[in-house]
Amino acid sequence: MGQVTAPQGTAPMTGVNVDKLDFMTTTLDAAIGWSRKFSIFQYPFITACCGMEYMATACSHYDVDRFGAGFPRFSPRQADVLFVVGTISHKMAPVLKEVYDQMCDPKWVVAFGVCTCTGGFYDNYATVQGIDTIIPVDIYIPGCPPRPENVLDGLMKLQDKIQKQGLRAEHD
Amino acid sequence: MTNAAASILEQLAAKFPSETSELKAERGQQWGYVAKGAVKKVLTYLKNDCDFNILMDLTCVDYLHWEEKAERFEVVYNIYSMSRNERIILRAKVAEDDAVVESAASIWPGANWFEREVWDMFGVRFTGHPNLKRLIMYEEFQGHALRKDYPYSKRQPLIGPKN
Repeated sequence: MGQVTAPQGTAPMTGVNVDKLDFMTTTLDAAIGWSRKFSIFQYPFITACCGMEYMATACSHYDVDRFGAGFPRFSPRQADVLFVVGTISHKMAPVLKEVYDQMCDPKWVVAFGVCTCTGGFYDNYATVQGIDTIIPVDIYIPGCPPRPENVLDGLMKLQDKIQKQGLRAEHD
Repeated sequence: MTNAAASILEQLAAKFPSETSELKAERGQQWGYVAKGAVKKVLTYLKNDCDFNILMDLTCVDYLHWEEKAERFEVVYNIYSMSRNERIILRAKVAEDDAVVESAASIWPGANWFEREVWDMFGVRFTGHPNLKRLIMYEEFQGHALRKDYPYSKRQPLIGPKN
């Protein structure tokens, strides 16, 4: 048996013979956060060119499955994280809100690309100036489009956030 | 099909002397103006008698504040003939207070969405169109976004704050 890493927030297991280890202690909060952050079922809400970068990140070269996020669900009812990828127009906005409302708690939202963060350079009659005017956003990943490394960085920051929220995620 | 060897501009000038104007071949393109009231007649002639079988594009230009333009809008028809390998660009001058043109949707079915887009973006109506609803923006949208006097960043959100 190899190295066992304790969930974040628990005491490090020093001086423990891991071959004989048949139990470990932690807090429910830390255990829930740890399990949730490695089972991110995403709903990819893809509207524009950032989708190509999302696909590049999701595929084997960058492989979001390393972070437990390799299983997109195309029903919002089965998804944990809403990936909003690409420009959101005012015509699309009610659809995005409805998809968000259909997701079960706990749920998180990632604004992927600068259009979803702020509207980007689309300062025009048609474009929502940041999806946080419609739905709450947990992580902003700017870039036009963001590099896969940037996306993975954002994903890891989201994991940290989920870990720290623990059981509080339902109530946030 | 009438004499395909004759230039389409000559054909149009001979057939519609009063309805067409400023017909010219310039920079490898064939241009011309068609009177607004004769749009359907001239386009039907081009389709049925001259074999201009493809409506490549139908769009509109807003010439607001252009001193040399008497009418505010021009509806542009970009028409192509596969058999002749020729293209002609016809324009119809449309006044702002009478922004209504005959629909070409019965001639080329492809005109259906082009005309809906022109109505949506410029507010030019097309009579005889089967379903003249907004194509791109939502029905709640007030005004026409590509008119030069529409503020470019005036947003009309369906949900969420105005920003």
